[in-house]
Amino acid sequence: MTGGPPERVRVTGPAQRRTPMPPRTAEIDDQTALGSVLMGSLLKAQLRAAALALLPLIGFAGGLPLLFHLAPGLADERLLGVPLPWLALGGLVYPFLFVLGWSYVRRAERNEQDFAELVEIVERP
Amino acid sequence: MNPPDSAPGIVAVVLVAVATLAIGTWGLRFSRTTSDFFVASRSVRPALNASAIGGEYLSAASFLGVAGLVLAFGADMLWYPVGWTAGYLVLLVLVAAPLRRSGAYTLPDFAEARLASPRVRAACSLLVVAIGWLYLLPQFQGAGLTMEAAIGAPRWLGALVVAAVVMVNVLSGGMRSITFVQAFQYWLKLTALLVPALVLLFVWIGDGAPNPADASSAGGAADLWSLPLGSGGSQGLYLTYSLIVATFLGTMGLPHVVVRFYTNPDGRAARRTTVVVLALLGLFYLIPPVYGALGRVYGDADRSNVLVLELPRLMVPGLGGELLAALVTAGAFAAFLSTSSGLSIAVAGVISQDVIGHGRASGVAAFRMATVVAVVVPAVLTLLAPDLGVARAVGLAFAVAASTFCPLLVLGIWWRGLTDVGALAGLAVGFVGSGSGVAYALATRTTTGWAAVLLEQPAAWSVPLAFATMVLVSLATRSRVPVDVRRFMVRLHTPEAVALDRGPRSVR
Repeated sequence: MTGGPPERVRVTGPAQRRTPMPPRTAEIDDQTALGSVLMGSLLKAQLRAAALALLPLIGFAGGLPLLFHLAPGLADERLLGVPLPWLALGGLVYPFLFVLGWSYVRRAERNEQDFAELVEIVERP
Repeated sequence: MNPPDSAPGIVAVVLVAVATLAIGTWGLRFSRTTSDFFVASRSVRPALNASAIGGEYLSAASFLGVAGLVLAFGADMLWYPVGWTAGYLVLLVLVAAPLRRSGAYTLPDFAEARLASPRVRAACSLLVVAIGWLYLLPQFQGAGLTMEAAIGAPRWLGALVVAAVVMVNVLSGGMRSITFVQAFQYWLKLTALLVPALVLLFVWIGDGAPNPADASSAGGAADLWSLPLGSGGSQGLYLTYSLIVATFLGTMGLPHVVVRFYTNPDGRAARRTTVVVLALLGLFYLIPPVYGALGRVYGDADRSNVLVLELPRLMVPGLGGELLAALVTAGAFAAFLSTSSGLSIAVAGVISQDVIGHGRASGVAAFRMATVVAVVVPAVLTLLAPDLGVARAVGLAFAVAASTFCPLLVLGIWWRGLTDVGALAGLAVGFVGSGSGVAYALATRTTTGWAAVLLEQPAAWSVPLAFATMVLVSLATRSRVPVDVRRFMVRLHTPEAVALDRGPRSVR
């Protein structure tokens, strides 16, 4: 167990062979069963958040070319004069990507918040 | 070709160069330590940092290449900007916060910290330099092309000017001052592309808004031009998927992108920065396809690589067109400067740490020596190498990055079982696979038959192959998993706030 706040490191030289940083957490770094469970649950939650962001992306990027490969006639469909592929790839995709990223950040930060609260509860004597 | 009046273009280029140097010098006031030089002392806030990332990332390929490709080949080229943006989403989700929390300066630092292996570090250093130079090459070439189209200067001059300005700027201020320069250049690029685009759209509406999809001037029939797939049936489908894989996964492995993440104060800020980057990139990438589409109505498909520079003059006669062209030229020049600066810093950082750093030179002196090497080598190569086409060369850099650093980062961050031997094997397989595509592209120009298609766009097979190699070899060498891997995982994935709050509280 380390006491006191973690050391602040002032970097004044080039990092050539960095020595590993001192352990920053106690319960977790002692690798107790409890610490392992906490870490495992954090990793699992973060991977789930990642999957929720990546699956729609994979669906979009994997599905769209296949769709137009199988039904090339779709490329001629127009909405207000704009061909469908242009609408999707020239415009709508960007808000889509931003929303995926934004919701991921919210989810990931909430996971970390939960983790921090759990650690605090565990640490309390 | 000498345009009618090159004065506005010359003024624009000089202004951008002077502004860049001025902001860089101003930033120098804040650069004191080696940490300032490498990572701006890790204190750059999300909004500023996101602008800087956008400024650095939007290269010649984005500014000039996309519009020309869209004009020449049609909607399948829209996957380039989509992939360059989606790459940041993948980076955000899989890499951003843990990479920042790893506490390393560069990709080789990360590799060594994770795997405790100097050999993996050396391999990563080589790769950073290779990818960085491969990416610098088209920047310098594009600069030559722009200067030629805009002010009729010989091609070597553009490359020389960009290389010189970059070198002076990086030498004087390092990362701290470059951050300001690049944030400025994002907004400059956005303005320089957006304002002329709006004017051109008004001209187009005044002309009765002829639908670009119906114009028959370039890129084949309307239905082919609108189809978001490469031509040639299943080969086209493969090319499109391969492009998607390379751009979606390559972004995280580009040396100048990764080094930016170390300038965030903490993992949370790294994530928030990336979301802002997604918005900034999405905003920017709405515009180049507009040029491509208008180019189909007004432009000349044979000069598609300088379409963005020439379209204002083609559509707006007289002084107005000249001024708009000058603005676009300024933006293009900013694109070369900022991307080249970022790449030079990343390459110089690695060279100074891993090549020069072992000698007598101290931190800042070593960094300065390394900068000269990092800029001069690709500048000389630019004059010697054949003209690959800006977007194609950049695409190859993405393929190499996706086949090497992407598996290393993703597996290193999320999988405890990665070993040094596995990483080395995967890096080698990915590099040879994607590198053979690079060599092929440099050597030949024919693109018929499956073999040529597979080599031209290698990412779709080289990335999975590199992943598989890393996993299988790591499993076979399970005894070599670093002993402190659990501790490293804790460092990567736990929020900094936990460690900071916890110390005092557990004492009390």
